[in-house]
Order: sequence, then structure tokens, then C-alpha cells
Amino acid sequence: MKQLLVFIRKEFYHVFRDRRTLLILFGLPTVQILLFGFALSSEVKDINIAVVDFARDNASQQLISKLQGSTRFRLQRAVLSYPEMETAFRRNTIKAALVFPANFNVDLLHTGHGQLQIIADASDPNTATTITNYLTAIIGDYQQELNQAAGPLPYQIIPETRMLYNPDMNGSLNFIPGVLALVLMIVCTTLTSVAIVREKELGTMEVLLVSPFRPLLVLIAKAVPYLVLSLLDFTLILLLSVFVLDVAVRGSVLLLYLETTVFIIACLSLGLLISNVTSTQQMAMLLSMMGMMLPTLLFTGYMFPLENLPVFLRWAPNVVPAHWYYLIVKAVMLKGLGFGAIWKETLILAGMSVALLGISLRNFNIRLA
Amino acid sequence: MRILFFLLRKEFRQIFRDKSILAVIFILPSIQLVIMPQAANYDVKNINLAVVDNDHSSYSRRLIAKVGSSGYFRIVAASPSFKQGLRLVEANTADLVLEIPAGFERNLVREGSQQLSLAVDAINGTRAGLGGAYLTRIIGDFNQAVRLEWQSPAPAAAIDVTSSNWYNPLGEYRFFMVPAILVLLLTMVGGFLTALNIVREKEIGTIEQINVSPIRKWQFILGKLIPFWVLGMVVFTIGLTIARVLYGIIPVGSIPVLYLFAGVYLVALLGFGLLISTYSETQVQAMFVAFFFIMIFILMSGLFTSLDSMPPWARYIAYCSPVTHFIEVVRMIILKGSSLRDVSHQLGYEAIFAVVLNTWAMLNYRKTT
Amino acid sequence: MQPPPASAQAIVCHELTKQFGDFRAVDKITLSVAQGEIFGFLGANGAGKTTAMRMLCGLSYPSAGQATVAGFDVYRQQEKIKQNIGYMSQKFSLYENLTILENIEFFGGIYGLSNQQLRAKSEELITTLGLHKEAKKLVGSLPLGWKQKLAFSVAIIHEPKIVFLDEPTGGVDPVTRRQFWDLIYAAADRGITNFVTTHYMDEAEYCNRVSIMVDGRVEALDSPANLKLQYHADSMDEVFYQLARGAQRGE
Repeated sequence: MKQLLVFIRKEFYHVFRDRRTLLILFGLPTVQILLFGFALSSEVKDINIAVVDFARDNASQQLISKLQGSTRFRLQRAVLSYPEMETAFRRNTIKAALVFPANFNVDLLHTGHGQLQIIADASDPNTATTITNYLTAIIGDYQQELNQAAGPLPYQIIPETRMLYNPDMNGSLNFIPGVLALVLMIVCTTLTSVAIVREKELGTMEVLLVSPFRPLLVLIAKAVPYLVLSLLDFTLILLLSVFVLDVAVRGSVLLLYLETTVFIIACLSLGLLISNVTSTQQMAMLLSMMGMMLPTLLFTGYMFPLENLPVFLRWAPNVVPAHWYYLIVKAVMLKGLGFGAIWKETLILAGMSVALLGISLRNFNIRLA
Repeated sequence: MRILFFLLRKEFRQIFRDKSILAVIFILPSIQLVIMPQAANYDVKNINLAVVDNDHSSYSRRLIAKVGSSGYFRIVAASPSFKQGLRLVEANTADLVLEIPAGFERNLVREGSQQLSLAVDAINGTRAGLGGAYLTRIIGDFNQAVRLEWQSPAPAAAIDVTSSNWYNPLGEYRFFMVPAILVLLLTMVGGFLTALNIVREKEIGTIEQINVSPIRKWQFILGKLIPFWVLGMVVFTIGLTIARVLYGIIPVGSIPVLYLFAGVYLVALLGFGLLISTYSETQVQAMFVAFFFIMIFILMSGLFTSLDSMPPWARYIAYCSPVTHFIEVVRMIILKGSSLRDVSHQLGYEAIFAVVLNTWAMLNYRKTT
Repeated sequence: MQPPPASAQAIVCHELTKQFGDFRAVDKITLSVAQGEIFGFLGANGAGKTTAMRMLCGLSYPSAGQATVAGFDVYRQQEKIKQNIGYMSQKFSLYENLTILENIEFFGGIYGLSNQQLRAKSEELITTLGLHKEAKKLVGSLPLGWKQKLAFSVAIIHEPKIVFLDEPTGGVDPVTRRQFWDLIYAAADRGITNFVTTHYMDEAEYCNRVSIMVDGRVEALDSPANLKLQYHADSMDEVFYQLARGAQRGE
């Protein structure tokens, strides 16, 4: 036991000596949290739009000034012609255009019908949909103002929308569990696999394996520093979320730590597995980065809605440990649910951890034999 | 020139000798380009809706049928109570709960106005926002229909809005994502491989033999740059082919312009990788530093969230990354047919990055310490 | 004693010093090596041999002192020096994932050999080393002794004026060491200056002159015969032991 402690201490020295890597390990989650918190948002605002006004009458002027008042849009200098508008689209200087036909006002007053055209750059389809919705709403408001004299509309259905869990529509909320899963994967899977392969490459692994330690102890000693690092990273992210992003932890913190430990064991086992099947650091890194990181991004559910997966990929999230971890963190941290709500997910995650650990240890022993 | 030839031949030999790395360079991105766009789909469709109908009237049934047939929603449950609907949200089975209160039809007809409650799981902002907006729009349409049944004359002035989606009339999210994912994969492969390359020679010790030779620094850097540039262009071509064959994405704009831009971008990106490599002492360090920056570049590039919605300071940072410009331009050329003149701005930036990063890498590579 | 004229000197250094923070790795060493000489640069582990050699090869800047190698200054003319020297580092530094022929072609190529010269050199080198059957094998698959001989041959492929060898025979069996020294003699016969560090005192006997470094300083410098006389010793082993005993720096 004492030997093991000495050994673990040595591994700690190794890990903590590389300052640059350490800096990145703590810098990465910090920067990600800050970016998601303050820089990235899926909200649509400050959109550049152009107005092509062939009418230049009262009504078009009124509607344009209404658009200018909206914070959603930034009106570009009035465009005079279609070709000019097309150029603006091709240069990416506008995302949408509103076209007033000649005689807009006259038609509106005399026939009771005015025609307007919204042209949106649908190369980004979601933004295009949202812009069209907003523009339509503003036009609708204007129309209602015109008809004000008629009094309030009868037969009115008023939808009352309540935003659950996130009433302020804090955009970073959804990303926190995702960032957690991602960072833990990096620390555990990638670092562990590379650390072990590095010893293989440098030939020092042999030395350790002929020492009186049992191979299992060698592995434990290697894994412990990364477990500690991961828990530190986890704590850092939690603190940043609470104090910088104002995202409260609604559920039990203890439960979160326990669940995280289960997930970390799964990640460490994965790292060990990768180190068993590769012989160069380069390969281990590419495998864990390209091979593990992207599935984590894709199938966890925090970047992209899993409902949209085609049928032949529906099974994929189920075999990604990060997916289950994400569900657990979301439930405990953001929704404030207890163990009763997540026991199934926990069981699956724990099962995965045990299975991965078993496979990688077996693999390790075979390699020794 | 002759020295450069020998350097290049050596690099190519090394790359082609290591079959596993070759597989990583060519096969991994191809597989990911096949799978990622399936998963990286932000189409907001199939929103899971739980309905609580306390009215059981013909109006409430009509409204539910209308929502169900809209194509956006999947009605997952008709719950007897709002509380139970909420439980479905907790369990992630439903994204939204729509509650129709008792007396909905009666109140609407007699009192002329009636409320509806919507509860949205707002943890995922985009989904919540769009889901809520769609549902509100459908309710609005339904409202209009009801109104027309009771009140024949149309309001005094009506503005008919027609909207057209340019460049992607069907709003296919893939058209938006595939070109950008191609850039993402190219960036990861190119960035990592170059970042690991020089530092690998440092770690193995072969760089000593280079450093005592009369090779010029620019020859050495070019010797590293060109092979990966060629590989990058091949990966880019494979990617474009996959986009064409699998996703039917045929560039609207000029292919030579696309390649010109890709060529300049790759020089910038690879210069960045080499710069990291010259600063690093170990491969682990190089990989983490590369990962750190590539992650930030990609998050801020407008790949997932629009640049317009960023605060100005974040936008300035985003424009300091070569990835941002390339993703913008790839989408412009492929989807909108933008010409060389339309993208000349971005090309200028990219060229500056290419020159600065490579010069920096060259200066920072020291033959004598 | 009058120093020989500069033109005949391959290496001249005067109070050359390398400081890393508080630690003076190389402390004012002064020596000169004549053209065509086999010079043994001895010292215990950590005495500063490799650091001194790296300064002479233009791989590292000196902190103080002067030195010229092949007539070029180590501060300002490193690239000129590099055209005139060969270097075999302690760590094997040919490309293990290239074949023998490919390594020869590459290193010959970057020193500016023509295609014709390259062909001739490859043939000559492979014949001398008896590697005909292995020419197309990856260098990584060769036994250590062969690797070392190959590394030396590649280091002098461009017929440099001086070749620096950093513990070239570490971990190699006695027979191969003997063969290795044959290669060094052959190179010296062609006029190449050999600057060799070694731990093996029997090898020190093969040198024209040797210096012995202790704690960053050159404590003795003469021919092996003179040194033995001076220290009343029967072998270089004994000379070395007497000097190194006083060393402060350990492993």
C-alpha cells in the first residue's frame, strides 16, 4: 500500500511538471464556458437586412422606420435595384431583403391589399426562418396599427408561454453539461492513453512492468492523477457556471460528484483501451481526438438534437457514455431532480464503466502474457 | 531548390510509409463527412409535444389536429393533467406542453378572448425558441380561421407577405452544414498533423541531424508545409466529391476560385500548426495547444452559431481566425455562387494570415539555441 | 609553446563557456585541434562534453569565450560551420522509418551532392558496411551496431572537414567497436578531423590526443602516452580515475 502511494506520487510529479499542458487543461474549460456564456448565442439579432423600395411612399416609409426601431435588424443603406441586392447577398453583407413594389401605398388604400416580398438567404435555413418570422410579425403589427380604428379584434386566442427551467433563456445552460462531458473525455481518455503510450514509446513501460508491482497497480497509479485532475476540472466548471454564468445547481452536488466519478472511470477505461491498441503517441492522439471527440460532440445531444438522427444512426447515442452522463447532469444540475429520476441512466453508465474497465484490463493482461 | 526536393521526398516517403496515419488522413474524414451531417442537423422538426386537453370540445380537437399535421410537431402524449405533462418534460420525453383549459371553446365564442398555456423546456434555447414560435404561429392561423367563421368581412387593410428562400429554397439544413463540416475536418486533420510534425522530430531526436546541416530555415518550413498542403488539397477534393455524390451539393460558384481559396487557407492553417510545433517541447503539449486553439476557432467560426448574433468584441476575435473566413467563403461560393470579387476581402485576410503565420513559424524555428 | 598557424587548426577555442542560470555547464575551456587529428574528448557523465560539442557544432550559442570551427566563428557563422562539419549525436538520429538507401539519399541530398555523387556514395557506403542485402530495409529494423556505423558513414557523406562524434560506440559490442574505429581511421586518412567523446578508455588510446573534462573544465590535454607519463599511470583508465575522483558533479 505504501509502495502504491509512492508510485502515485511519482505519477503526480509527472503530470504536474508539464505546466503548459496543465494550463491548457484548466484554460480549455474556462474559455469554453466563457465563450458559451458570453460570445455564442443562437439568438437572432442585429441582422443586416436591405430594403428595396420601389414604392417610396408614405406606407413604405412608415414600415421602414418601424424596422429601424427594431433591435433585431440593422437596416443597410436603401438598395435601389435587384442586381444591387443580389450583389449584397453574394457578398454576405445582408441576410434578408424586404421588397416594396411600386404603388404599395396606393394598392393598400384603394384595393385594401398591399403586396410585400421577403427574400431571405436560406443558405442558413434556421436563421432564414427566424428572420422571416420576425419580419412577418413586424409587418403584422403595422397592419394592426393601420386597422386600429376598428377596435380590438374579436375571438382572440392569447397563448401564454412559460419557459421552464430557464426563464431568462440563458443560452449557455444547455452547453454546460456538454462542456463537462467533453472536457472530462479530453482529460481522461486522451491524456491517459497518451501518457501510457508515451511510456511504451520511450521504453519506460517495460521497466515498470518488470518491477515488483503488479501490472494492475501500475495502471492504478497512472490513473489516479487523472482522476484527481478530472475532479478538479469538474469543480472548476461548476464554480464558473455558478459564479460567472449565474447558473444555479438545483440538485444535489454530492450526487453530481458521484455520477461524475462513474463517468470518469468509463473515460479512463476507454483511454486504457486506446493505449492498448496503439503504439505511437500520434496514433493514440488522433484516435482519441478524431475518433472519440467527434462522436461525443455529435451523439451526446447538447450540440444537435438527437431527434433528427436518421434511423440508421438512432442506436448511436445509446452506446456513447457521454450521452448518458449528459442526461444525468442535465436532470440533476439544471432540473433539480433526484436519484429517483436518473437511476436508469446511472445503471447504464455504471454498466458501461464496468464493461469498459473489464475489457481494457483483460486486454492489458493479454498483452503482457 | 534541390535541397527542397530532397526534403519533400523524405516527408512524402515517411507519410506514405505509415499506413495507419494515412488511414487517419483520408478515411477518418471521409467517414465523418458521411456521418456528421446526418447528426449535425439543426432542423427543428419532430418537436415532441404533450397535449393536455381539458376542454374536449370540437375547437380543441381541431386545434390539436392542426398542430399534429403541421409537420413540426410529434404529439407524444395526451396527458390527463398539466402536472403529468410536466413529468414528461422532466423525463425528456416531451419538449413542450400545450394545455387547453376547460371552457376554451365556450369562452372564445362568448367572451371573445381566451388564454392557452404553453410550457417549453427552455434548456436548449434554439429548440425552445423555434418550437414556441412555430406553435404560436399555428395557433395564430387557427385563430384567423375561427375568426373568419364568425365574421365575414375582412379587415380594412391587409398586407400579403410572400417570402422566398433564396439559395436553398427547401431549407435543407445539410446544404448549410456539409461545406462547413468539410472545412472542420480539413482543419482538424491539417492542424493536428502539422502541429505534431516538427515536435515529433524534436522528441525522437532526428531534428539534431537537420540542425547541424546547412539547410535554410525557409527550406525546412517549406519542406514541412508542402506535403501537408498537397494532402490537404486531396482531402478537400475527396470531401467535395462526397458532398456532390452523397448530398447532391454542386458548387454554384466557380470551382477554381474555391480551390484558390482553399489553397491559401491551407497555407495559413498549416503555418499555424507548424508555429505550434516550433513552440512545443513534446507531442502531448503540441496536441493540447492545437486542440485548444482549433476548438476556439471552430466555436467562433460561425459554424454552429451565426456571427451576427455575437457581441462586437467576440466578432472581432472571430475575424482574427482563418477558419472563420474560410467557412464563410466556402458557404458563399458553394451555395450562393459568389465570385472572386465578392470574396476578395476574405481572400486578402486569408493571405495575410498565411504570410504572417508562416513567417512567424520560420522565425521561431531555431537551428541554434 | 607557440600555437600552430590558424590555417592548420580545425578547431580553436579560447575560454569557451556555457551558463544555464546558476549552473556553468562548460567553464572556460581552451583547446585546439589540428586538421586530420583524432581528438578524444573525455569526461565523466555530466562533465559538460555534449554541451561543449553542441556549441562547436553551431547548435547552441556560447555564453562567453571565443571559438572557431573550420575557420568560422561560432557566434556569427554557424551556417558556414554547418557546411563544413558532420555530426553524430548521442541519440540515434537517422530516420528509422526510412530505408538505408533513403536515409543516405536524403542526407547526401541536403548537403548538396549531385545525383551522380549520390549514386557513387551510396554504392561505396553500402559496400564498405557490407549492407547489400539490407539496403532496402527500414533503418529501425537494424541492430544497434549497424545503426551506429551507418550513422557515422552518413555523418561524413559530404566529406566534411571535421566530424563530431558524441559517444558513438555506447552500448555496442567490442567487435563492432573495433570496426567502428576502423571507419574513424579511414576517415582520418582522408584528412577528416575526428572529434570524439567516449567513455571507453581503451578507445582513448586510439586517439592522437585527448582532453579530460571534470566539472566543466578541461583538466588535462595531451597525447595518451604523455598523459600516462605525467600521471605515472599504466593505463588511461588510471589517468582518468585520478582526475575524475575529484569531481563534484555526479550522475
